[in-house]
Amino acid sequence: MDYAANLAMTLPEVVLGLGAIALMLVAAWGGPASTKAVSWTAVAVLAGACVALVGPASSGGQAFYGLYRADSFAAFSKVLIYVAAAVAIVMAPDFFRRTAGDNLRPEYPVLILLSAAGMGMMVSAADLLTLYVGLELQSLAAYVLASFMRQDQRSAEAGLKYFVLGALASGILLYGISLVYGFTGSTLFDEIAGAYAAAPLTGDAKSTGLLFGLVFVFAGIAFKISAVPFHMWTPDVYEGAPTPVTAFFASAPKVAAIGLGVRVAVEAMGPAEGQWRQIVIFAALASILLGAVAAIGQQNIKRLLAYSSINNVGFALIGLAAGTQEGVASVLTYMAIYIAMTLGSFLVVLQMRDADGQPIETIASLAGLSRTRPGLAAALAIFMFSLAGIPPLFGFYAKFAVFYAAVQAGLFPLAVVGVVFSVIGAYYYLRLVKTMYFDEPAGTFGEGDRLEGGLIAAAAVIVSPLGYLVIPALSAWTLAAAASLF
Amino acid sequence: MSFPILSLMLAIPAAAAVACLFLSASAARWTALAATLANLALGVVLWLSYDVGGAQWQFVEYAPLFGRFGWALGIDGYALLLIVLSVFLMPICIGASWQAIEKRVPEYMSAFLFTEVLMIGTFAAQDLFLFYIFFEAGLIPMFLIIGIWGGANRIYASYKFFLYTLLGSLLMFIAMLYMSITAATTSIPALMNYDFPPQVQTWLWLAFFASFAVKMPMWPVHTWLPDAHVQAPTAGSVILAGVLLKLGGYGFLRFSLPMFPEASAQLVWLVFGLSAVAVIYTSLVALVQSDMKKLIAYSSVAHMAIVTIGLFAFNAQGIEGAMMVMLGHGLVSGALFLCVGVIYDRLHTREISRYGGLAINMPRYALLFLLFTMASIGLPGTSNFVGEILSLMGTYQVSTTVALLCTTGIILGAAYMLYLYRRVVFGEIKSEEVAAMSDLSPRELWLLAPIAAAVLWMGVYPESFLAPMRKDTQILLARIDRARPAGDSLPTTGTGIVPAAHAETHAQGSAH
Repeated sequence: MDYAANLAMTLPEVVLGLGAIALMLVAAWGGPASTKAVSWTAVAVLAGACVALVGPASSGGQAFYGLYRADSFAAFSKVLIYVAAAVAIVMAPDFFRRTAGDNLRPEYPVLILLSAAGMGMMVSAADLLTLYVGLELQSLAAYVLASFMRQDQRSAEAGLKYFVLGALASGILLYGISLVYGFTGSTLFDEIAGAYAAAPLTGDAKSTGLLFGLVFVFAGIAFKISAVPFHMWTPDVYEGAPTPVTAFFASAPKVAAIGLGVRVAVEAMGPAEGQWRQIVIFAALASILLGAVAAIGQQNIKRLLAYSSINNVGFALIGLAAGTQEGVASVLTYMAIYIAMTLGSFLVVLQMRDADGQPIETIASLAGLSRTRPGLAAALAIFMFSLAGIPPLFGFYAKFAVFYAAVQAGLFPLAVVGVVFSVIGAYYYLRLVKTMYFDEPAGTFGEGDRLEGGLIAAAAVIVSPLGYLVIPALSAWTLAAAASLF
Repeated sequence: MSFPILSLMLAIPAAAAVACLFLSASAARWTALAATLANLALGVVLWLSYDVGGAQWQFVEYAPLFGRFGWALGIDGYALLLIVLSVFLMPICIGASWQAIEKRVPEYMSAFLFTEVLMIGTFAAQDLFLFYIFFEAGLIPMFLIIGIWGGANRIYASYKFFLYTLLGSLLMFIAMLYMSITAATTSIPALMNYDFPPQVQTWLWLAFFASFAVKMPMWPVHTWLPDAHVQAPTAGSVILAGVLLKLGGYGFLRFSLPMFPEASAQLVWLVFGLSAVAVIYTSLVALVQSDMKKLIAYSSVAHMAIVTIGLFAFNAQGIEGAMMVMLGHGLVSGALFLCVGVIYDRLHTREISRYGGLAINMPRYALLFLLFTMASIGLPGTSNFVGEILSLMGTYQVSTTVALLCTTGIILGAAYMLYLYRRVVFGEIKSEEVAAMSDLSPRELWLLAPIAAAVLWMGVYPESFLAPMRKDTQILLARIDRARPAGDSLPTTGTGIVPAAHAETHAQGSAH
């Protein structure tokens, strides 16, 4: 296979990589004055990467001797990632302009682009080393983003915590990869799958090694998707990082890590389904429960949304636990809807500023929002009810899809326990609605940006019952994407 | 008939609900009233054009909009009557809130109109998941209505209402997923004729029971109801008691019985046991309440227990009686809550002991309140009598003991309702505040009079209401007859009920 075909299949990453390098040069010569131009160009680069997905990049198959896979599963995940990354770039300027301290610098969009390129590699990886390189590219950019506000202690702390714990996770993952490589003799997903299929996974030393490798790889991935019990970094990092960065962390890297987890589970370790299913089920239920219980006492809205993201990852993992094509499709559906809900919520958090434009993060400051800013309150209420999975909002369909897959795979106890735990989760989402609608007003927020207002409205419309009309298209697309893994 | 009247009935209040959010208070009131009256008119058209004895499912609409499930609407006789009840009560609720609600009127009207959409949708849905969406979405507007416009302890009540009912429904949701996958259809009419293996039925039945028993509400999961009722504004209570409580009974009728006949027969003891406890226990609790709304709320639980025993009697009297109790209770308890609202608006308390002697200065009020009190007791000539006697007669054929126990509820019902009436309306006027209370205003009279007329209509000529559901009951009985539990009352005339004799039974029933 010639290089032209290979490059055509990796065109989105090529576009992002070249774009990032070019913009880095612009940023270096132009300095802070070029921020606006670099930001909008970065959004255009992301749009270009989306366009580049059409053609061989979404249907080409293997590239670079099996290291990289260009299929519709990767394409679907990449669309979500690019959209989330673009929103994260768009929402940043206003936040940094109003917040005292650091201004937005042109590195921000460049780092997001590099991170997006890494995430694209994660979801396209067909080899453990591609996977690792993509993961590290994404993570390194993310560490810097977390501590982007250099003069803010919390932001620096967030970056440091994220870096130390992320490095630990990478170490665990790498250790798992080395075990898998040692006992299967390959880093290619196809050959690993062959080795797992050949080994009975009981008894002898080789099978123990394979099992250990599997456990460590999954532990590393669990870190990245912040599934319990590897979730500890999430609340601190989400709270400390600048809000647009938090919104980014809660959306795009989640999709990438989940996509990567699905691909590893199904493509590389599919034959060991019985083994990883236990891990996934435990992580799913523990995430749902802890995400719900720990969120109840939170006073800071960003911490609350951090626990909410842990909770939601748990639900997405229920779809993976099913291990079927339907299950994988439901994970993709879940992530697509989750992105809209979570970006919408963070856009509302961005509007929470006092009269001087300084950000407020306490939940108590939302009191009586329905009377001071009715539109904003309605939007946040829609996102909260949707995250809680209450029909007729679109978040219900996300949960519908994963539970459908679980029931179809015969995992009844998982489904029953999952829904019972989701009632606990509903409690804290309701608490936000209660604060906004039932409590007396506690003061008002400054006026918001029109662009952000438009994005909030768009997210609210997607999450509203109107979203149900896209179900046929969404399910056809996710099923096709999932089919490329089987 | 190809005109999508059911979709239109959903679209009108939905559009008005959105419009209300952008209007001023008084414009929102008029918009809401206009929309609900338009829907009432459509409801009348629906009833008049319903072909009694015709096809089982009428006004059917189908559009495969949502992938795994579709926009499937259609009604049978049961759904028709409950929809008519809903659209009948809605304008009355809007009228009852005309002056009582002063803050955030546009949002209030919008929440009520959304509730109307969801109620009609629940009764009209012919797709399993469409039903679930309507059924469950009703929580959101009711949560807001209780929480924003409720009384002192509204927040606790709203949480309790929401989380209690959510937990029950989610178990049902898992059961629905299983059913749709196993039967490979989400169509309710198709599932009503699908035979699940008996062991599976038991689990599915229990999952549905968890949801419907909470909605119903049955003892011991009824505790959300008194809290929600007491804290909700008057119109909220009317809708809760009038229509939302019927969702549980409708669910039993639409899902539990036809889809799981074996399990229903097997678990009759559970339903009968809980119902018998509920009738006696909640009636006794109602007897000692000092808060008027709480008293009526507990009486609702007792009445709903009469519904459940009737439904699970597995015979025509029981099922039709249960439906009549649901309709009658929807009218009567709604009217009683309005009666409480009338005097609450004047004195701002629901404490029974603060009132007394209202017959002296509010004679018209006293008369209407008496009518609804008597209807609640089940006096012949009123709606509840027809339903209760049929329901208990049906139950008697299955279990004499349960029928005996539940009939005591009628006596206790008379006790607590008459005791309430005596304390509030008779006796001496206790204070100057009470003496200063004026009689019903024309608006209040216009709210109560239609309900009074309907209560008498149902009591005097129940055939209008029995006719639309007769054929559906026959279809249901044909479906569940194979599982019918043996009765212990040893009837001597014949071994079963034949359609001809059945009609006569009703003629006798209404002649009482």
